[in-house]
Amino acid sequence: MALAELPLKDPAPADDTADTEPRPGHIRKPIGWSMIVIAVLVAVCVVLVWRRDGVDGVTEILFSDLALFGGILPRVLAGCLLGAFIAEILPHEKVSRALGPNSGLKGLLIGTAFGAILPGGPFTVYPVAAALLTVGADFGAAIAMVVSWTLIGYGRAIVWELPIMGTDFTLWRIVISLPLPILAGALGRFVYVRIYPKGAQP
Amino acid sequence: MSALLVDIILWGSVAVLGVMVWLRGRAVLVSSAREGTLDFINIVPRIALGVIGAGYIAAVIPSEVITGWLGPDSGWFGVLMATVAGAATPGGPVIGFSLGAVAMKAGAGPPQVIAYVVAWALFAFQRLILWEIPFMPARFVWFRAAVSLPFPFVAAAIAMAIGKP
Repeated sequence: MALAELPLKDPAPADDTADTEPRPGHIRKPIGWSMIVIAVLVAVCVVLVWRRDGVDGVTEILFSDLALFGGILPRVLAGCLLGAFIAEILPHEKVSRALGPNSGLKGLLIGTAFGAILPGGPFTVYPVAAALLTVGADFGAAIAMVVSWTLIGYGRAIVWELPIMGTDFTLWRIVISLPLPILAGALGRFVYVRIYPKGAQP
Repeated sequence: MSALLVDIILWGSVAVLGVMVWLRGRAVLVSSAREGTLDFINIVPRIALGVIGAGYIAAVIPSEVITGWLGPDSGWFGVLMATVAGAATPGGPVIGFSLGAVAMKAGAGPPQVIAYVVAWALFAFQRLILWEIPFMPARFVWFRAAVSLPFPFVAAAIAMAIGKP
């Protein structure tokens, strides 16, 4: 189907295979054991809530969570579209060079900067990180990005941490956190090449 | 208000990137928009399980347990407990930071509270279940969490070394 959408005048048929290849290691796979473990954990907690608070307790949580779920959905769609567009725009070989296994400290710095400035919440950072992984970033750079978003991303710090924890604590907490994404990415790379010496694809 | 701003920035970024993709051709835009929508459809059941499930898990963990772990006790054992507490804290940023503030008022040491906040940012189970596992390859999530393990301790050590905050 994707082949039919390619411009007819495309002079380089050799590139077609690269374009039509399914994105590897992507989120589109059957529910894995992680989700099964979570489902079991949830089932146990539902029973615990039911025994403590009865059916009313269970339905009360269900309805408030369903409302939350409805509110989240449009953002999840936006995050997925963002991830797909980024995967489309960023050329594979440039991402591999900038964020791949051999990108060195520079790759970790780029990942850290990207995570720190990325707008939005978890609904953007995880789809975008997953997209970068599929177009050639390595675990190290993706770890730097995710850790940077959780630790030095400005969004949560301004909206939640500053008012609740105070300016002094927040600023020092961020200063202390500055080196951590790079260290985490470097440690990730160090461990990764030892666990997967043949360079298994993520 | 801030939620509206987030939505504007988010959909604005989608629009800008969408135009950039569209400049490469309409067919490219259609196929990558379909790709993103399929990802979305695939992710919805997992998000549903995460959102609804996390609510029940959070209801089972009382917040006194968390602040108890963060207690005024100092030292590396306190940092260890703070790290466990950060990972076990249910709910979103309001609860995470509020419990940190409560612990601070109750006399917990700043390095322990730093470790708590950093551990919460790195490992909070609710974010892992609700967001990270549905979106990322499972292998990446466990790998990321494993290599992040030392960092609450590193953060506490830096806080102890510089005597701040």
